[in-house]
Amino acid sequence: MPSPMEILVNGAPREVPEGTTMAQLIEMLGLTGRRLAVEVNREIVPRSTFETHRVQPGDRIEIVHAIGGG
Amino acid sequence: MSTAVHNQPLAPNDPLIIAGVEYQSRLLVGTGKYRDLEETRQAVEASGAQIITVAIRRTNIGQNPDEPNLLDVLPPDRYTYLPNTAGCYTAEDAVRTCRLARELLDGHDLVKLEVLGDEKTLFPDIVQTLQAAETLIKDGFKVMVYTNDDPIIAKRFEEMGCVAVMPLAAPIGSGLGIRNPYNILTIVENAKVPILVDAGVGTASDAAIAMELGCDGVLMNTAIAGARNPVLMASAMKKAIEAGREAYRAGRIPRKRFASASSPIDGTFF
Repeated sequence: MPSPMEILVNGAPREVPEGTTMAQLIEMLGLTGRRLAVEVNREIVPRSTFETHRVQPGDRIEIVHAIGGG
Repeated sequence: MSTAVHNQPLAPNDPLIIAGVEYQSRLLVGTGKYRDLEETRQAVEASGAQIITVAIRRTNIGQNPDEPNLLDVLPPDRYTYLPNTAGCYTAEDAVRTCRLARELLDGHDLVKLEVLGDEKTLFPDIVQTLQAAETLIKDGFKVMVYTNDDPIIAKRFEEMGCVAVMPLAAPIGSGLGIRNPYNILTIVENAKVPILVDAGVGTASDAAIAMELGCDGVLMNTAIAGARNPVLMASAMKKAIEAGREAYRAGRIPRKRFASASSPIDGTFF
């Protein structure tokens, strides 16, 4: 079993197994297939790299979408 | 029998052109503050707008996954999305927001930049806005910039490469109308890029005044979404924008202090 690591997702702490990919994280969050954009430590992680991008301990992850606004 | 031979087409093709793209509608609308997505959809439809603004916010985690999405209701292949940087108080946050929006919308690079100064007025922080605009333009974004009604700053944004400059008419959401028509006029007269009034419109006549001053378009949200009947107000705004534009192109009569009779004096029999 990979040991858990702590990350911050949309401001809330969360534990995920070491080696988790972005695609796996999005699946764990129940967001697979949703139209969203992801930033890790203030850098964009393109959707095309979700399968290969590995989450690192202490990552600050922002997952955003479009909502009504003026 | 044709009686239409003397009629000029009322509005020969008169598109709004932003960053090389033609739009038939000169009304841009926000999608915030509506009761629900269905009301949003109906109001946007009634407004005839082709460009709609959206905000970028954290996705709610652990909530209803089938919750309807704005992008399903107003499909991006039918509308031009204009992601905004509302809520940003620093250049850095505005740039981050635009980069996330571009990723979210598959490389779409037209953005509405606003960097706010304080919560009470929501006036723009011009120093931060200039910094953000510079970074974004270098990064390939097409920037439509929210600014105050200062002709000098408006020109500066144009010169640095913003694709449209959008002075406020009055504070965001205030509905106070065009508070400084002479500055708006000066900004319009100086400009080589589209000038759109962004913020402050309260009702249809305000939108018409902006267009009569020669603005290329108007962006509004609260005036429609906050009306008692938003869908009806959206329709009113559509007509006001069209009427104001036609009046601007037609050329209004000069203001005079005293009367000038409309019926001839010749041929009176009394």
